[in-house]
Amino acid sequence: MNTEARAFDWAEAPAIATYNFAYLDEQSKRMIRRAILKGIAVPGYQVPFASREMPMPYGWGTGGVQVTASIIGPDDTLKVIDQGADDTTNAISIRKFFQRTTGVRTTTATTEASIIQTRHRIPETPLTAGQVLVYQVPIPEPLRFLEPRETETRTMHALEEYGVMHVKLYEDIARHGHIATTYAYPVMVQGRYVTDPSPTPKFDNPKMDQCPALQLFGAGREMRIYAIPPWTEVTSLDFEDHPFAVQAFDRPCALCGADDVFLDEVIMDDQGGRMFVCSDTDHCNGRQQAGHAGEQET
Amino acid sequence: MQPSLRPESFLEGGFADPVLGGQAVFRCIMQAMAEPGTVQPISHDLQPPEPMTATMAAIAATLCDADTSIWLDATLAANAQVVKWLGFHTGAPVTPRADQATFALVGDIGAMPALADFAQGTDSYPDRSSTLVLAVEHLDRGMALDLSGPGIRDSRTLRFAPVPSDFIAQWAANGARFPRGVDLILAAPGAVACLPRSTRVRQEEG
Repeated sequence: MNTEARAFDWAEAPAIATYNFAYLDEQSKRMIRRAILKGIAVPGYQVPFASREMPMPYGWGTGGVQVTASIIGPDDTLKVIDQGADDTTNAISIRKFFQRTTGVRTTTATTEASIIQTRHRIPETPLTAGQVLVYQVPIPEPLRFLEPRETETRTMHALEEYGVMHVKLYEDIARHGHIATTYAYPVMVQGRYVTDPSPTPKFDNPKMDQCPALQLFGAGREMRIYAIPPWTEVTSLDFEDHPFAVQAFDRPCALCGADDVFLDEVIMDDQGGRMFVCSDTDHCNGRQQAGHAGEQET
Repeated sequence: MQPSLRPESFLEGGFADPVLGGQAVFRCIMQAMAEPGTVQPISHDLQPPEPMTATMAAIAATLCDADTSIWLDATLAANAQVVKWLGFHTGAPVTPRADQATFALVGDIGAMPALADFAQGTDSYPDRSSTLVLAVEHLDRGMALDLSGPGIRDSRTLRFAPVPSDFIAQWAANGARFPRGVDLILAAPGAVACLPRSTRVRQEEG
């Protein structure tokens, strides 16, 4: 037997041998799994859970990571997106984390993924039955900026007392002439709980309604898990004379020419040059490969 | 006197691989809870002592631990091997009070208490309610129930047997307490189905 000390070769190791599968210990997973089941049974209700320290700072998606770690298995294919992109820092670091701790297959293709962990976007490609969308949520309480006390917001949810949220939206109209909330736009889940869709642009709100995929939300710092089951009614709060509407863009994507997607503004130089491109990189690449082209200036 | 080398039977029959075994069973339960009334096949290698069914044992071993109290119905509570098996494989404390149970394991559906006798949660914390695991014999025959609610596209038909007494009225009362109320996991041989409190049930005509 070779007793020589050998440096750990990260390149060779498919997973960190000294950690449990998916990093979390089994008791933590069971606790999170129970919270997920309660969340599914009461759609939109924020279930308290004993959030664990993760090997990344709060704000990097520790809630979503704990949810993914508790549901993922060897047969899963994982996709991780950050603002729609598969190749930004947060997405890459979380994808590598699960590659190392589980060895599961990863993908950038929305259609191939069984679990999609997301920070602040819902993929443009429609989700399908059997997929699970895991949101990283910074502040799960939609009423928090209106009422800072947890004891009060909890009672407001219990009593279905959501008048203050409508007052907030009304004040938007009084000041700006329209509802100026553009992200984290509050939704009503199955006619009961006002819920924060996490800071996704309101452009994505309609995708949550009657979605065939299961949507799970994890807030690590705030220690809350909530869920929206497939085929659940999700309506964005609005008024009869000021109905909910999504953002409209005055130009198509500069790379793929799509005109029905959410666009990111990219600053090109210090002369005021700018470009509007798809925030969903997988969707954009797919369209370009299919022969669609935008009006990109070279 | 020589100590017996044969291990006590309650030590045996757990997950061969608790990590991946528990994960696979949980995903079945999660899918069943997310799409109420669908029958999810479940595979595992658990061999609990009679009369606890293998599917019920797999659910308990997956979800229960020292943080969750378990209520056992009379047939299960009377069996010392079942109680010891649950104690060894989950570490969960057994409670005699249904209204304080995190999980309730029901082996004999005909003799089960009313759904209202279990923990219902509060309006502020509806998650503090009991999850009932019912050992059913069939998920393909019995009274036809027409389901609607979250997780169900339009409607879905579920059959299971045996059905608790006065189930339609009991389930309607459970739904009327929403967001309070209990959730059901129906544990059949080789499969599970779920009825979360959000699901509305109607008895199909004819």
